[in-house]
Amino acid sequence: MDLSYTPAEEEFRARLAKWLGTTLPTLPPKPSPDDWPARRAYDTGWQRMLYDAGYGEVHWDASPTLRLIFLEETEKAGAPYVGANFVGLLHAGPTIAAEGTPGQRERWLGPILRGDEVWCQGFSEPGAGSDLAALRTRAWRDGDHYVVSGSKIWTSHAEVADWCELLVRTDPDAPKHRGITWLAMPMDADGITVRPLRTLAGSAEFAEVFLDEVRVPVANRVGAENDGWRVTMVTLSFERGTAFVGEVVACRRVLAELARTARDNGRWDDPGLRRRLGRLNAEFRALWRLTQWNVSEAEASGSVPGVGGSVFKLRYSHARQELYDTAADVLGTGCLDLDRPWVADRLSSLSYTIAAGTSQIQRNIVAERILGLPKGR
Amino acid sequence: MRFRLTDDQRALKQGVRDVLARLFGPGELRAAADAVGPPRLDRTRWRALGEAGLFALCLPERAGGIGLGLPEAVLAFEEVGRSLLPGPTVATHLAAATVPGAATGETVVTSVDGDLVEWLEESDVIHGDTTGATPLRSMDPLTPLHRRYVAAGSRAAGAARVGAAAPLQRGQATPPPPSTDTAAPHTDGTGTTSPRVADLLTAAEQLGTALRVCELAVQHARTREQFGTPIGAFQAVKHLCADMLVRAETARAAVYAAALTATPEDIAAARLLADEAAVRGARDCLQVHGGMGFTWEADVHLHLKRAWVRAARGGGSAEHEELLAADLLT
Ligand SMILES: Cc1cc2nc3c(=O)[nH]c(=O)nc-3n(C[C@H](O)[C@H](O)[C@H](O)COP(=O)(O)OP(=O)(O)OC[C@H]3O[C@@H](n4cnc5c(N)ncnc54)[C@H](O)[C@@H]3O)c2cc1C
Repeated sequence: MDLSYTPAEEEFRARLAKWLGTTLPTLPPKPSPDDWPARRAYDTGWQRMLYDAGYGEVHWDASPTLRLIFLEETEKAGAPYVGANFVGLLHAGPTIAAEGTPGQRERWLGPILRGDEVWCQGFSEPGAGSDLAALRTRAWRDGDHYVVSGSKIWTSHAEVADWCELLVRTDPDAPKHRGITWLAMPMDADGITVRPLRTLAGSAEFAEVFLDEVRVPVANRVGAENDGWRVTMVTLSFERGTAFVGEVVACRRVLAELARTARDNGRWDDPGLRRRLGRLNAEFRALWRLTQWNVSEAEASGSVPGVGGSVFKLRYSHARQELYDTAADVLGTGCLDLDRPWVADRLSSLSYTIAAGTSQIQRNIVAERILGLPKGR
Repeated sequence: MRFRLTDDQRALKQGVRDVLARLFGPGELRAAADAVGPPRLDRTRWRALGEAGLFALCLPERAGGIGLGLPEAVLAFEEVGRSLLPGPTVATHLAAATVPGAATGETVVTSVDGDLVEWLEESDVIHGDTTGATPLRSMDPLTPLHRRYVAAGSRAAGAARVGAAAPLQRGQATPPPPSTDTAAPHTDGTGTTSPRVADLLTAAEQLGTALRVCELAVQHARTREQFGTPIGAFQAVKHLCADMLVRAETARAAVYAAALTATPEDIAAARLLADEAAVRGARDCLQVHGGMGFTWEADVHLHLKRAWVRAARGGGSAEHEELLAADLLT
């Protein structure tokens, strides 16, 4: 057991930290959260800077440890988050890298890395959320195209996306997990309507996507026809396995800021609150160690992250909500003021136990796939 | 970074597990739990543990020890915790370098911890002030306890831990004055002294319990049938088990990392997470066992009671939480 990094890893860290130190001050100011085109431009611009500096591929080509260091250092330095590039860099990219043909990798990976193209995830449907395999969006063959009809929901960043990783049903008669196919759908194709949905935080973070006989080339299929469920599991393991790593670092920073705020506004004198902050310190320290543990495991197995991601996701999503609930206690009635720091974050933390598989679904996964308990009711 | 067990560490852990299964298996556990009267320490077993190297694990080789480090001690004590082995194992292990005979298991060493002392009557050497210590009817049938009155506001004096000044030999007339030294010296393989090792080893024991009760719950949930199906197929049961594992795995990462860094903050975090994983895990395990869980026959209550005893060591959660809160402002 060893928590120290190799000289090469330390060298990578130092080089990155130095680059961040000189680059971050040159960034333009962050756009307003409601201005989607500006957000896209900001996020993809940042990705381009990373690419030009040689850090473009860190999300899926580098070793898990280098990715960990990358996320730790960028977060520590206060660098922008992946933002609109989220799905491309963290789900679609890794999936295409693992399952795509050489031609597909050639076509899609470069633009994702350079920040030229933005992806969204079209998995959920009104009737298929936790029961994802119940999806009904249909696709049938017409020559060298699939013709797709149906609708998707909760599609994050759909308004600004160029591509959608889309799950469709290609064999309605097969058992529900068997007749699914994974497609890359261009978002500018005819027949696509995007209707923004307002979240409880007030902004239109996600959308409903209606598909009316949208033509998608057969060449855009990743994996075999009707083998999409297996490909989906690859995507989901990236989503749960690696997508939250940087955020743990962010939470540790927030916690320290909270403590200082409490000291300055007198709430620190409340031993109950102080102890809650202390316990959260333990919690996020442990989550960081769990991250390092999972990364070391991934490094050793050299493959797709395992179900260990569900263990992490379960614990992390609840800890994050507890963090912002504690922030509310530090703020007192200020916690009702949307202009105060952390208040909007508290609202968005409510999605953590729902998005990317609800806590109940993660518990089922842990119980059935790790502990081997029987499937059932 | 290779934050995983090495092959040697895996082998060590398995070796300790095998030794413990031989010296204190299910039959011995049952016998100990069912014995009448205050628990006695089995000296033959204690010496066998000494021979197996449990107490000398971190003693340098030149001092006759095995010369391993904190990570290995933690792995061994995780197994100790899992096995429910009775006796002041942590205190004796920590005394290996200073008390003659502790390393070999000839001498049994205990220590005053706040207002509690485990195994007072059965120990040869006691660290700390035992003035006015009176036996209490210990909830854990495998851990005899003494309690002493600590005047309000003098917690610091009461918090003397393992490693406090001069050890008190049994029968000695005047006890040494209570020490305010809360640090437990520990000599690891490199000869450096790390504080709060008693807390870390307790956390390791709690981790062992957390993982063991999760196993017990899962075993029971797979085999016990109700409504014509294993109860583990019911989601309410499944989710109890999943939460047990999540707590245990999070604690594991914290405990192992604390063994590597040995900082007071990491050790405090490890204690908090491991105490929680053990106590809540044992409770949930009891729940999964239903009526069976409420009987003396099922081992679950023994795990829960021991987890409670260990959770009371070292000042309890308030001290660790305050330390970690203060850390946020540095
Ligand atoms: C902010 C946000 C962003 C999102 N972004 C995307 C995106 O970009 N692309 C995309 O495809 N999807 C996205 N989602 C969708 C997300 O994956 C789903 O919301 C989630 O999987 C839950 O599905 P559902 O909303 O249909 O809830 P339901 O499945 O209807 O669940 C409702 C409740 O029932 C519980 N439940 C359901 N089934 C079970 C069961 N078997 N056992 C126990 N409890 C159960 C759930 O835990 C939940 O509490 C996003 C969601 C959010 C909140």
